[in-house]
Amino acid sequence: MTVIAVILVFGFFTYNAQINMENRGIDFGYGFLSQESSFDVQFSLIEYDGSHSYFRAYLVGLLNTILVSVIGIIFATILGVLVGIARLSPNYLINKFAAFYVEFFRNIPLLLQIFFWYFAALRALPLPQDAEAMFGISFLTIKGLYVPAFIWQNFNIFFYSVVAAIIAIIVIRVRAKKLQETQGKQTPVLLISIGLILILPILSFLIGGVRLSFEVPVLKQLATTSFIYEGGVSLPPELIALALSLSLYTATFIAECVRAGIQGVGKGQKEAAASIGLTPNQVLKLVVMPQALRIIIPPTTNQYLNLTKNSSLAAAIAYPDLVLVFAGTALMQTGKAIEIVSITMFTYLSLSISISILMNWYNKKIAITEK
Amino acid sequence: MSKINFLKPDKSNLYTFLYLGSFLFFISVLDVLLNSFFSLNITGFLPGFLSFLLPLILGFIGLYFIRIELSGIKQLDLLNKHINTNNFNAILSLLIIFVILKSIPPILSWFFVDASFAGDSKDVCTGSGACWTYIKVWIRRFMYGMYPNGEQWRINLSFIALALLGSVGYFATDKFKKYLTLYYVVIYPFIAFLFIFFFISGGPVFFDFSYGIIAAILSIIIGFFIPSKFKFYYFLIVPLSLYVLLKYFVFYEEFIELGKLDGLNWVETGAWGGLSLTFIISFFCLIFCFPIGMAFALGRRSGFPLIRYISIGFIEFWRGVPLITVLFMSAVMFPMFLPADFFIDKLVRCIIAISLFEAAYVAEVIRGGLQALPRGQYEAAKSLGMGYWRMHIFVILPQALKLVIPGIANTFLALVKDTPLIFVVGLLEIVGMLNLAKTNPEWLGFAMEGYVFAAIIFWIICYAMSKYSYNLEQKYKTDR
Repeated sequence: MTVIAVILVFGFFTYNAQINMENRGIDFGYGFLSQESSFDVQFSLIEYDGSHSYFRAYLVGLLNTILVSVIGIIFATILGVLVGIARLSPNYLINKFAAFYVEFFRNIPLLLQIFFWYFAALRALPLPQDAEAMFGISFLTIKGLYVPAFIWQNFNIFFYSVVAAIIAIIVIRVRAKKLQETQGKQTPVLLISIGLILILPILSFLIGGVRLSFEVPVLKQLATTSFIYEGGVSLPPELIALALSLSLYTATFIAECVRAGIQGVGKGQKEAAASIGLTPNQVLKLVVMPQALRIIIPPTTNQYLNLTKNSSLAAAIAYPDLVLVFAGTALMQTGKAIEIVSITMFTYLSLSISISILMNWYNKKIAITEK
Repeated sequence: MSKINFLKPDKSNLYTFLYLGSFLFFISVLDVLLNSFFSLNITGFLPGFLSFLLPLILGFIGLYFIRIELSGIKQLDLLNKHINTNNFNAILSLLIIFVILKSIPPILSWFFVDASFAGDSKDVCTGSGACWTYIKVWIRRFMYGMYPNGEQWRINLSFIALALLGSVGYFATDKFKKYLTLYYVVIYPFIAFLFIFFFISGGPVFFDFSYGIIAAILSIIIGFFIPSKFKFYYFLIVPLSLYVLLKYFVFYEEFIELGKLDGLNWVETGAWGGLSLTFIISFFCLIFCFPIGMAFALGRRSGFPLIRYISIGFIEFWRGVPLITVLFMSAVMFPMFLPADFFIDKLVRCIIAISLFEAAYVAEVIRGGLQALPRGQYEAAKSLGMGYWRMHIFVILPQALKLVIPGIANTFLALVKDTPLIFVVGLLEIVGMLNLAKTNPEWLGFAMEGYVFAAIIFWIICYAMSKYSYNLEQKYKTDR
């Protein structure tokens, strides 16, 4: 019965779609992806203009979505963990301050927050010509944030040195663990790691011939009243508003996850760990955190996914993300509603599913194996 | 009096340290207070940098002095325990106190002191504070959207009536308590729909779908009395035949004309908007997404592989895509899949899309509750001879739903917060109206006031909802 019903429903929809498309003179197909797009995108990570194909427009949108999601995830995690720990602080003021933050930002729609930052708060910033330099090198203006660009010489040597440092740290950690297990000796792994990650790249500067210079943005006059900064890296205000509101909003949820995770570790665990003579740091590192992470990670992954999906609200403030570039402009131009909306949805779907598969794998790896 | 070691405050010189410490702390707070409220700088003679840091240093030393364990003074011990446990905490506490002190005057002056409330044009807004006149002038638009001014009593009346009908549950006597579920799940949504359709939009009493709705309700009511053996065939045949009967034999065209409510103008859904639209959409989506979500939660745990896979597919699909693309789909893709002459209103499409989207989240939450129940509950119910539906309705779901009240409340909160997204299909609820008002050439430059206003409204709604869910959770908490 169910099978027949499902087949009937799908058949009905496909039949209608065919008739509708015939009526409107649209044919179904993904061939348009290689056609010339002939529209421009304000902000793109890869080279793009109107002469490129729709597929490249799709890539531009996708990369912009990923960019804002990654920025948002990083800041939301930092802020969320800090606030989550602050909510457990014995300090009454800090505790209430963190609670206030969470209750405040959690209960206001994200779209409203994005609008607030973009249309109200960032519009109050100075014009480029009036902007004061922050630390003398970067400028926060109504047209965006301008920061110096790094110009590297022999970047690959620097890169290799960082990789070498990381490998060395891993080796040392493994050895330290072995020493600890076999002979009970403790090695100051953290100090050695910090030393390595500092010393090797510095050596690459001194010996390897790596040079780093900055390209500071410079004010340039376009017309009598119109100024712009040239050089350096510019971040458009849309990106700033979006990343800011996404991270402020998601951080409240992550904070709650972190709080629940740390509270979820039984008091007995901490007391037991302290009673066998572990230092407070070791208690935190070896007993509390591994258990708390098990509780924290699954809901936090969900929040990362939510953040990625919420980044599609970018369309509301014209940040050129996947929805705006592809499901907006490209759809208007080609009229291929079914193809474009399905590609967009499929992209988000595969992003979500790949992140959740990754996290399920991680979760399984750290899960407690009960006998 | 013993020797005083200023690096190590101790109990023997308690009062010396106490007076000295509180004096320093007091000075530091006073400095910031004067600075922020009266813009006086009592340390102005010092170099700028030092003058800036001085309150922090003084306060820190002060707090260091009064950090004496077990002093015997109750207030001091409380203070030490709560904000002054160690140096790090002391600095953080000081910073927070200073930030609060510093931020109160600008916020107060923006909100109240320098703000303008009077008048009804832009000219009164000359101060540096907020321009609440803007909100006052536009309030009808923010509340009712483009709904004609003269007709707005219809929205008010419907909402008041629905609120009264919704509060029936509080006054119901024990005799009627058992019908409450039926009332809230079937009758109340239906009444609400009638109110919205006939009263707010001013539609005719008998419209295209009324046959279908009447047929469905009649057949559900009769369905309660049909023995379960025949229920499947009953629901296969009767609703459709009732529909045909009603459409072609009972209601004549004259009825349609006759059924129009006199004096109520038709207001199309495109003109609805503002906060009332937020309420309408949230209300219907809440009502619809719950049963759909429950069905898919049960479907995901069903024994039939096909139903299970369809449920999994449905849930994972909706959970994987952003709401904005779903609304895009409902706007541009959905009409392609329907017959050309078949038109569904924009608002209805929106409500369907949001309901399906949130239903997937509700389904996952409810599934969590179902999984958390011990197997014993299922087995006990089965051993009493209960069938699938009986077992779920009387044993499993009441317990499972009780467990997931916080999760469901969170989903509902997310739904309310997602309603502004309907701007994608061109419906303007309160945030959309704000954006429209912001671009009005006569009222440029008041974006901040509008967003703050909307933020306060949403915050109150959401905070009230979360507090209510917390109360529900406490009320239905049962010990296991």
